This record gives sequence, C-alpha cells and structure tokens, in this order.
Amino acid sequence: MRDNAKVLVRQVGLPRIIIAGFFLLLLVAAGGFQMDLLQLCSDFLRRWGMYGVLVLAMVPAVQCGIGLNFGISMGIVGGLLGGLIVVEFRLANIPALVAVHPLLAQWVGILIAILIGVVLAAGIGWLYALLLNRVKGSEMTVTTYVGFSIIAFMNILWTILPFQSGELIYPNAGQGLRNTISLADSYSGVMNNTFAITIGSLTIPTGLLLFFFLMCLLVWLFMRSKTGEAMSAAGANPNFARANGINVNRMRLVGTILSTVLAAVGILVYAQGFGFMQLYNGPMMMGFTSVAAVLIGGASPRKARISHVLIGTFLFQSIMALALPVANQFIPESNLSEVMRLIISNGIIIYALTQTGGGDRE
Amino acid sequence: MNKRKIMDQLFEQKVVILFVILCVLTIIASKQPLTFVANELFTRIARNSFLVLALIIPVLAGMGLNFGIVIGAMAAQIAVFLTTHWGFVGIGGFLLTALLATPMAVFFGFLVGKLFNKAKGSEMICGLVLGYFADGLYQLLFLFIFGGVIPINNPKLMIATGVGVKNTIDLKDTIKYSLDTVPMLTIVEIGFYIVVAAIVLSALIKLIQKQPVNWKKSLISLVVAGAVYAVTFIPAVESFLAADRLLLLWAVELWIAIVLVWQIAKFLWLKVIRKEDVNVKRTLAICVAAVLVYAITYIPAVYEILIYVRLPVMTYLCIAGLCLFNTVLMRTRLGQNMRTVGQSRVVANAAGINVDRTRITAMIFSTVLASWGQLIFLQNVGTFSTYGAHTQVGQFAIAALLVGGASVQKATNKQAILGVVLFHTLFIVAPLAGKELFGNAMIGEYFRVFVSYGVIALALAMHAWKKVAKVGPSTEFAPASAGALGGGSSASAASGGTAG
Repeated sequence: MRDNAKVLVRQVGLPRIIIAGFFLLLLVAAGGFQMDLLQLCSDFLRRWGMYGVLVLAMVPAVQCGIGLNFGISMGIVGGLLGGLIVVEFRLANIPALVAVHPLLAQWVGILIAILIGVVLAAGIGWLYALLLNRVKGSEMTVTTYVGFSIIAFMNILWTILPFQSGELIYPNAGQGLRNTISLADSYSGVMNNTFAITIGSLTIPTGLLLFFFLMCLLVWLFMRSKTGEAMSAAGANPNFARANGINVNRMRLVGTILSTVLAAVGILVYAQGFGFMQLYNGPMMMGFTSVAAVLIGGASPRKARISHVLIGTFLFQSIMALALPVANQFIPESNLSEVMRLIISNGIIIYALTQTGGGDRE
Repeated sequence: MNKRKIMDQLFEQKVVILFVILCVLTIIASKQPLTFVANELFTRIARNSFLVLALIIPVLAGMGLNFGIVIGAMAAQIAVFLTTHWGFVGIGGFLLTALLATPMAVFFGFLVGKLFNKAKGSEMICGLVLGYFADGLYQLLFLFIFGGVIPINNPKLMIATGVGVKNTIDLKDTIKYSLDTVPMLTIVEIGFYIVVAAIVLSALIKLIQKQPVNWKKSLISLVVAGAVYAVTFIPAVESFLAADRLLLLWAVELWIAIVLVWQIAKFLWLKVIRKEDVNVKRTLAICVAAVLVYAITYIPAVYEILIYVRLPVMTYLCIAGLCLFNTVLMRTRLGQNMRTVGQSRVVANAAGINVDRTRITAMIFSTVLASWGQLIFLQNVGTFSTYGAHTQVGQFAIAALLVGGASVQKATNKQAILGVVLFHTLFIVAPLAGKELFGNAMIGEYFRVFVSYGVIALALAMHAWKKVAKVGPSTEFAPASAGALGGGSSASAASGGTAG
C-alpha cells in the first residue's frame, strides 16, 4: 500500500499532487462560502480556452529540444500586430458580412488577424530559431532575455507606429498606441460567443473550446507526422537523431517557428476572450505563465505532451479563477490571488529547473 | 604587430566603446548642461555602485550574473521597515538596519546557494525566476503577514485597515542621507581609533602567540596615525573636515596629490633605500598623467562641473572599501578557491576544494553585500517604495556591469564602476534626449529599458555562443584540440552524454 502510494507520487509528481490538492481545497472553500459553483465552472472553462493555445506553444518548443520557451513574446508581438491591423482597418466590421451575421464578420476579422500574426510570427520565429541554434545548451536563459528585449523594443514601436484609428491611439493628441485596447467594437468574444451554451449560470464557450481543441488536434497530428516524429527525436537525443540522418538544426528551426506561430495565435485567442489587447509591458510575463502551466500539467524541460497542456492549463487557470473570490472572503479587495500566482507559477518553474539540472546541459 | 594588438584590444572593448559613443550622442541630443548631467551622475554612482560591485564575487565563482541579489535587497527592505517602525533614526538607525539585514541576508544567501547547487549550469535563469518567486513571498509578508499575523500598530506605515504595509514609506525623518552626511571629521576620528585598535591588537596577538613583534614599525604607524589625527585639530583643517560633502574639485586635487606623493615616495623608497631596480618610465608616466589631469581642471567647462558637484564622502568610502574587499578577497585562499571553482568544477573537486560549499559562500557574500547596497540606495533616495524598490535591482545592476565590459565569466571592479557611469549616464539623459528628438520622453525611457534588457540578452547569447564554439560546455577535462579534431558531432556527443 505504502509502495503503491510512493509509485503514484513518483509517477504523478509531488508538485502536481500538491497543486491538485490545493485546487480541491479552494473548491471546498468556495463551496463553504456558498459561492455559485456553476458560475465558477464557466470561469474555469473560459480561462482554459483563453490561455490554452499560449500554453500549447510550449509543446513544439520542448519537443524540438530548445526547452521551455520563455520567449513566446516573440510570437505574441506578431499576433498583437495582426490584431492591431484588423482594428485599424475595421476588418471585423465589413458591412457586407455584418449584414449576414455579426459573428461572421468578427470571425473574418480574427482570422485575418491570426493570418497576419502567423505570417509575422513565422518570420520572427525563423530569426529566433537561427539565434537559438547558435546558443545550444543555454536556450532558456537566452530566450528569457531575448523575450524581454523584444517587449522593450516593441514599447518603442508602439509609441511611434503610424496607427490612426481613434480606438487605438491615445486621445487628445497623445502620442502612440493605448496601453489597453478595447475590442468591444471589433472581435471581442467572437470565439466565446459562438455556439455558447447557457444552462442556468453555467456558460460553456463552445466555440472557444472547439478552437482550442482544434489547435491541439493539429499539433497532435503534426507530432504524429514524419516531420513531427523526427523533431521529437532530434529534441530527445540529438546525436542519435543525427546518426539517423535527421537534420537536427532544421528540426529545431521547425519547432521554434511552430512555437512562435502558436504564440501569435494564442495571444489573439486570449485577447478576444479577455475583450482587450494589452500592449507595452502587458505580455511581458506571459511566457512565465505559460511555462508554469505546462509544468503543472506534468511536462519537464525535456518532454511535453498535449495532455500536459490540457491538464496544466485547466489546473493552473482554475486555481487562478478560484483564488480571487476565495481570497476576497478572507481579506476583501486584496491581491492575495496575484501573490499566489507569483508563488505558484515561479515555484513550479524553480522546481522543474532543479529537477533536471535545468535546460542548460552541464 | 603592435597595431594589431591595439585593434584586438579595441575589439575586446567593443561594448564599452559602443556605449561611450551612445552616451556622448545622447548627451548632445538631450541639450542638457554638463553640470546637471555630472551632478546627477555622481549621485547615481554613489547610489548604485555598491549593488553592482556585489555581483563580482559570484561571477568569479563561476555562477554567472547573480540575479539573486534581488533577495539581498529584500532582506535590506525588511530591515528598513522594522527599524522605521521601531523609530530608529540617523546613522545609528542606519547601522542597526544594516546589523538587522545582515543575518537575514546570510540566511537567504545560504538558501539561494543551496538551490543554485541543485541547478548547476542554469543558475542565471534559476536566479531570475527565484527573484520573482521571492517577490511573491515578500508581498505575502508585507501585504498580509505584517498586520494580519504579526500585529503592527503604526498608522503611518500601515494601510488604514491595519493589514498590510503602505505603498511608500517616507524615510525623510529617519535614515535619509544618514550615511551620506557622516562628517569627514567623524570619519577621520573613527579611522584613527580603528588604526590604533588594529595596531594594538595585532601586537597583542603576536605577543600571545610568542611571535616577534616589530615594535619599531608599530610605533611609527601609531605616531603617523596620531599625527594625522592631530592635524584635524588645526582650525582650518577642522572647519574643512566638518563638512559632510566633498567638492569634486577638492576630491580630484586630493587624489592627484595622493598619487604624486605615493609614486614619488615609492620611487625613493625602492631606488634610494632598497637600491632595487624600478621602472622609471612608469613612475614618470603616472606623474605626468596626474599633472595633466590637474591641468585639465583649469578648463572652464570642466572647472564648472568640478565646483558644482559635491560628493557624499562616507558613501564613496564604502564603495572604495568594497572594491578593496573584492581585490583582497581574491588574494586569500577562499578567493583562490572561488576562482578555481569558477574555472572548472572538475579541477576544483580534484584539487580537494569543497565545490558546493565554496559556491554557497560566494552566494552569501553576494547577498549580504547586495543588502548593504540596497540600504545605501534607499538612504540616498529617501523614499522607500515598499513593493517596487527591489524589482529592478538585479536587472539594472547586471546591465550596468555588462555595459562596463564585463561578461558572464569575467568581471572586475573597474568594469563595474565604468559600467555604472555609462549605464547611468544613459539613464539620466535618454528620456531627455527622447523628448528633444521625438517630442516624447517615453521613447527615451523605453529606449533605456530596451538597452538594459538588450545588453543582458546580448551578453548571455554571446556567452552561450562562445560555449558552443568552444565545443560544448562539458569538455572541461578533455583537451580542446581533441574536440576540434573530432568535429562538431563528437563535440555534441560529449555534451549530450552528460545531459540531464
């Protein structure tokens, strides 16, 4: 019995058991405070879909061997640019399409945004991958700071890019794009509202979840393809892969680009669910949140699967969704949940780093 | 041949040169008077140098850029909060704060060192994430435990509800400028007592250990110390020393005088008394340089700056003391061990050095020094942003060190100070230049932040690049030529074999 428990702990991992236990504790507390559990459940589902694609971006990165990709902000800025262009040219409000159905027009808008984002992210990701192929063994340290740098660089660009739309730039002759851009008049909630099912206080954002699962399915299919298998082999054991005639650098290139592209898609999914696009330092720590989520799901800097993404995102985001109302019961108007986010997400990353000796090979 | 050597030197210093050019251009673009820039700059040197110098020891111990100094800063801030709450003021309060912060920093440093030993090779990313993690715990402490668990009844510091500390704490009436304003007279006095105590103690220890005591030397030292102390009783000198700030002009003159006297005395001592060979050219060159520097002070523009800027003496002495400490430490056995560990853990282990313990010691040193550095920073700024003061400490200190030409594996005092000068010049003028050039101060501000992230990213990438070019990180004990002959695949075979 004891041995069974030990095996279970080793298989599932101590931090996951702790975090899952914490989640249940919060859930019980929420029940104890007589909160609307169904509404909380809708919150879980909404956040699951919103953050899912961003976390999914970790899978190709880890599998191709670059480790946890703290630098998904490289893709995020691409996605944000796509989103901005759509708002600027009002592509989510094309009258002919709105006449058919407003949601259709919004879908066209966000798909154009995603398309632009993907193209940009592919370009950025390619350059990024070239860099990462030269710093093998220290990818995580480098990606973190390259990610920060691009955010800081984009801060300059956000101030000087020649966008005109009143929704985007600061009013009263201010300079540059706004910090937070409302998407209420463009594609806010387009995925959430598609086929949404409401039962009492439970809302299931069917469109959002379908899109998330579709993305998961695409990545899963890619991983099962010949290229995907080769990529995983290159990441797991570069020398073995090389001996088998796999071009390791090329595989890393594919994985990095895919990860960056997924990040671009992910930020747009996030933005439409949130209803706002956050520029400037908004996406700075998104890499950390995503890394933490996939680690909570059971991934390591060497191995990540779709199931890790699904479990991790759900657990992490549900805790975040629960933490705020529960913490408010103890100390009203506190940001205890924010503190908890810092501790949990960074704690799990440190744990992962110490477990494997980090991504830096020594 | 010589020309090529110069070119190589220049290439080594490319980061520094780039930033010198950048600084000059931004100063010109900002259209600010040099007196303003210089004054701000010397304030910032006093504020930040200590923190940057605290980074050097871990670099030499091979632990890379210590992002964990954030945790030292947190120790200092906890101490500042407590002493402010208890109502200690002035230099006494400052010293008590330092005394309180030190054991905390030692403890934190020990924990960080333990953690880094578990994540060898990825200390930097681990330290960075650890900083964020510790920030969470810090917020937990300041927002909920202070007032929530530990009752603290102080409406000036606590939020109206009584749980959680306010956003900013004003140190104006407590420890603001407490270190900066220690009068020179006090410093000389304390210095005198320390010297006397040191001489007497060393003589006593030698007596107890039954070693011969050099009475003549001790007596001469005592007389010299006494004479220096006696000089302070001359009214003119006394009134000069009563101030707590030193005019930059006097500081420069004093420094030139010391250099000249030192060089001439050394020359005479070696040549006339010891009759040894001395490098006459070198002595002469230094003397000429000193005189030239003195001549420069007569240029109106320079003179204007020199009579405008006033230096906080004690703070600068602390910084000089830390530089000295870093140098002296590296000459001790512990310092040598750190260096060996930094060069190769395998070799160090083979030489019988306890690698893990040496690394922990390095982290403790760095964390304690960082906590003192943060105290110096806070007493100079005068307002303590409870939840923000520590967040950028590691970031800016590391960027400054790198701008000075340091790398992940090599850092010196000179690079640290030079880095502080360059980085903070940019800090001061970039927003102003942004305003002049683009009509928007934020652009300059963003540019500055971009530089601070960018320079770190660049340094890390270049370090990693070099590591790969050197044929894998784990071939420390394999001869480099073997790796080169074997080509790329054998190299990564070596690194792959030890992965994970």
